[in-house]
Amino acid sequence: MSEALLSVRDLVVEFPTRKGILTAVDRVSFEIARGEVLGVVGESGAGKSMTGSAIIGLIEPPGHIAGGSVHIAGQRVDNLSQEAMRRVRGKRIGMVFQDPLTSLNPLYTVAEQLIETIRTHMDMNERQARERAVALLDEVGIPAASRRIDDYPHQFSGGMRQRVVIALALCAEPELVIADEPTTALDVSVQSQIIDVLKNMCAEHGTSVMLITHDMGVIAEAADRVAVMYAGRVAEIGHVRDVVQNAWHPYTKGLMGSIPTLMQESDRLTQIPGSMPRLTDIPPGCAFSTRCPEAFAGCFVDQPECRNHDGREVACLLYEKGDQP
Amino acid sequence: MTDTLVSIDNLSRIFDVSKPWLNRVLEHEEKKHLTAVDRVSFDIRRGETFALVGESGSGKSTIAKLIVGLIRPSGGQINFDGSNVATQGSASMRQLRSRFQMIFQDPFASLNPRWRVRDIIAEPIRTFGLNGETVKWQNRVDELLETVGLSSRDGAKFPHEFSGGQRQRIAIARALSAKPEFIVCDEPTSALDVSVQAQILNLMRDLQDEFGLTYLFISHDLSVVRHMASRIGVLYLGRLVEVAEGKTLFRDPQHPYTKMLLDAVPDLEMTGRVREPVEGEIPNPIDPPTGCSFHPRCALANDRCKSEAPELTLHQTTETACFAVEEGRA
Repeated sequence: MSEALLSVRDLVVEFPTRKGILTAVDRVSFEIARGEVLGVVGESGAGKSMTGSAIIGLIEPPGHIAGGSVHIAGQRVDNLSQEAMRRVRGKRIGMVFQDPLTSLNPLYTVAEQLIETIRTHMDMNERQARERAVALLDEVGIPAASRRIDDYPHQFSGGMRQRVVIALALCAEPELVIADEPTTALDVSVQSQIIDVLKNMCAEHGTSVMLITHDMGVIAEAADRVAVMYAGRVAEIGHVRDVVQNAWHPYTKGLMGSIPTLMQESDRLTQIPGSMPRLTDIPPGCAFSTRCPEAFAGCFVDQPECRNHDGREVACLLYEKGDQP
Repeated sequence: MTDTLVSIDNLSRIFDVSKPWLNRVLEHEEKKHLTAVDRVSFDIRRGETFALVGESGSGKSTIAKLIVGLIRPSGGQINFDGSNVATQGSASMRQLRSRFQMIFQDPFASLNPRWRVRDIIAEPIRTFGLNGETVKWQNRVDELLETVGLSSRDGAKFPHEFSGGQRQRIAIARALSAKPEFIVCDEPTSALDVSVQAQILNLMRDLQDEFGLTYLFISHDLSVVRHMASRIGVLYLGRLVEVAEGKTLFRDPQHPYTKMLLDAVPDLEMTGRVREPVEGEIPNPIDPPTGCSFHPRCALANDRCKSEAPELTLHQTTETACFAVEEGRA
């Protein structure tokens, strides 16, 4: 077993509100190996972005990490001071967000932003930093990089901007990139380009990726393993092929069936009745119990733990006794 | 009696995107025009789902708005059941208007937050005077709420009390309340999560079977289109590049753009197919390329493609606007 680069153990994120404490992330545990791409998939409100924010220490107050730990290559990062965390972000963890226009500063040229980031984290002079910036832009597929580097973000198209953001995330050679819905704002034809860039760049630099998305297709295309989240909890973690083709957790099964595909023609899509519970009224026991076609009495009482079955983790009472489906 | 319900003929819409007059004079600029829809023609048969698919800026939403009359065409005709929509007087237009409805993308913006659900759904009934008595329309609203999978008690609530999927159900109930024959659905599920999307898509299919509806279904999501549509039109920069039966389009796409688009869809089956890398991005529609607007991204483009714009022509069962297909180079 190779050493995990990122290890998240029993992470809990809570938001105190007037109606009581809301648990946005509820005892989430997973690991990402070096060079691995872990997809995190779930519907809106499943807590996937919140998990990403917790890892990089960017949860908006009053939300806070209420338990668990986050280790990056053995170093614990969830209890670091603001200042120490600032050095981890950018240097050890790079970030790519959904909307490339808001993650770039519109008042600075791309060159200024890249050079600033490079010089903050690496020991380089202006000229070396600029050379590196041009090389990076070239690598992410921006044509005429040495000329376009002095353009402002608004002069780039959506897809090109996202390439710039990827270059920015990778410019300090981080060990981990957290990509939160990197292709959601883009058209399909551009989406496939960006996925390829992200995949190839990270493979070349040996960077691990946590790819957060709601799109199972993107996960199937890019990830090695996938974690399915539901109502702040991990429902299932496994290799992409296993999860996509033979899901275990009833939620994942429903989710896979509800995606229309290009290959097969079907008259009706499988539908999961109801919708995901709000954080204020997650049912006791398993969060999915009220919508689950296979729920039995125990599901409404006991909250299932995420258990490992030969490298595949599933949090469902159906598999508690080691029964295989 | 033909079986064509809606017939679109050479429809165009040009937007004026010029700067104000003073700026143009001071900066010596010409007027700028954006051709959002460029001579698009297609027919929608009664009872079918015709889908328009394309990326952002391809003009699909503009076509939807043109058809329901929210904006006026710059050229061309829209015929609904044999009568030209644009030339109708207001009284007959009103009659006609009750026969087609629209469902919008964002269920948070398309419902009035200050109205109770009951009033939202009843608005078309009252506007078109379909039901005289109060008691009757209330029964009708209850019935509609149950048709779309909500309960009649929900009528007294306000839109903010519902989730996205439920709001889209309300929007569908509102569209149905005028007893339309034709519904224009502009990205009805793209604001929803997949599991909710499946519920809405299934509901729309059930309603189509039940009421014999005709849909114009607009989406950027090819797998959703594949699931819903009987015939599909592919748009690129305001031009229709390919029209085909759903099955044919996915099995045997003709136009290079359609091929590229299909190839770009993430592969959930993980067949491990090798895909051609996609070239470039959609050009700026204010300043589109000459000739075929796809030629800068097309591997098959030659000199003719750069100077001449291809028209939709029929090849076997598929209509394509491509010289490469026409000349057998594809």
